[in-house]
Amino acid sequence: MRILAAESANPLLPPLGEIIIGLIAFAVVLFVFFRFVAPRFEQVFRARREAIEGGMERAEAMQAEAKAALEQYRAQLAEARTEAAQIRDQARAEGQQILEELRAQAQEESARIVARGEEQLAANRQSVVNQLRGEIGALAVDLAGRVVGESLEDEARRRGTVDRFLDQLDGMSAGGASDGRTGSTVFVPGTDR
Amino acid sequence: MTSSALALADVLAVEESSGDGFQAPGLSEFYPEPIAEFSLLGVDFSITRITLILWIATLAMLAFMVAASRRPQIVPGKLQFVGESGYSLVRDGIARDVVGPKGLPFAPFLAALFFFILANNLMSIVPFAQISPMSKFAFPLVLALICWVIYIYIGIREQGAGRYFKDILFLPGVPKPMYVLVTPIEILQNFVVRPFTLAVRLFANMFAGHMLLVVFALGAVYLFSRDNFSIVFGPVSALMMIVMTFFELLVIFLQAYVFTVLMGTYLNGSIEAEH
Repeated sequence: MRILAAESANPLLPPLGEIIIGLIAFAVVLFVFFRFVAPRFEQVFRARREAIEGGMERAEAMQAEAKAALEQYRAQLAEARTEAAQIRDQARAEGQQILEELRAQAQEESARIVARGEEQLAANRQSVVNQLRGEIGALAVDLAGRVVGESLEDEARRRGTVDRFLDQLDGMSAGGASDGRTGSTVFVPGTDR
Repeated sequence: MTSSALALADVLAVEESSGDGFQAPGLSEFYPEPIAEFSLLGVDFSITRITLILWIATLAMLAFMVAASRRPQIVPGKLQFVGESGYSLVRDGIARDVVGPKGLPFAPFLAALFFFILANNLMSIVPFAQISPMSKFAFPLVLALICWVIYIYIGIREQGAGRYFKDILFLPGVPKPMYVLVTPIEILQNFVVRPFTLAVRLFANMFAGHMLLVVFALGAVYLFSRDNFSIVFGPVSALMMIVMTFFELLVIFLQAYVFTVLMGTYLNGSIEAEH
């Protein structure tokens, strides 16, 4: 029977049953591929593409951000440097100014002190001179009266002579001062005597 | 019992009866005894080895693809990687590159075609099955007819019926007198030869491959059971069977791929106006 079936069959004339079975089998395959396999693979392909593109975009954004930060940092650094230089220059100028002011002030002060000292010295000297003049006059008159033996006090004429003497004395002392210290009346023991 | 095993019994019987030598396996290979007789509306739906193999191969392939595509990850696991590579081969290599820019929607169809053929072809070297359902003309024919309907339908849908048939009947750029020669050839080519060659190429390859393997296998058994010189040729026959198994593996992949690529080029012709 087996041989008979085989001999009578033409391999290029397929039985209808097998065609229908083939159709059903392929329909099942198509259904599964369209319903399950393809959408899931497409989904993962899409996800992968997005992941790659997203990653690249993120990397680019980060790079741009880093670049911007670097630029900003550099700008800030340059700004800080110029600012520091300005501050330094300003401080130096201010220091110089303060120094000069102080110097000027000190000079002024010292000049003022010196002037006041001189003034005071001159005033003292004047008062001493005036006092001495009075005392010397009185002493001289007193001494002369004692020497002469009579009182000269009431003789106004004689007063003029005292004053004239004193003026002469003044002139002498001024001349002596211009001559130098050696010609002064300072007592030096053992040499002049 | 498989039909090959029956043929083997025949071979051994011949040896015992010391009759008229080696009896080559015949067409009965492809008409195994039904496992269960079953007919509906006068159509014979008997379950045979081959239909059983068809279902096993198909369901195993579907189970694999569904498992591979289940919960797909951006970084694929081993199973997903294998399934995805196969799917990408068809999607990128055929649907996108052969069919063209509009080809991606056909990727699931082409992938279904490819994996269905591949799984069934593989059964021709899987131990204990060792026959491909594609060596039964009915199955390649079904696929070829489906392809035929689809590429004509797509041609009409994309270009319009008038334009599509006009371009086939009167190939643009051909001198008018030549239409006498070209038009019948084009009609034959597009509506008869394409589906027929698709089906026959696949069928004949698997049919011949199976016959080759069976002949070498049975020949080896026969020669080993004989005395004299055949002890030299027996191992040669066995070796040839192994070599032909590897060759068959090549043919399995190649025919699945060729079928799908050709369908891709037909779709391409239907989608893009030729000139």
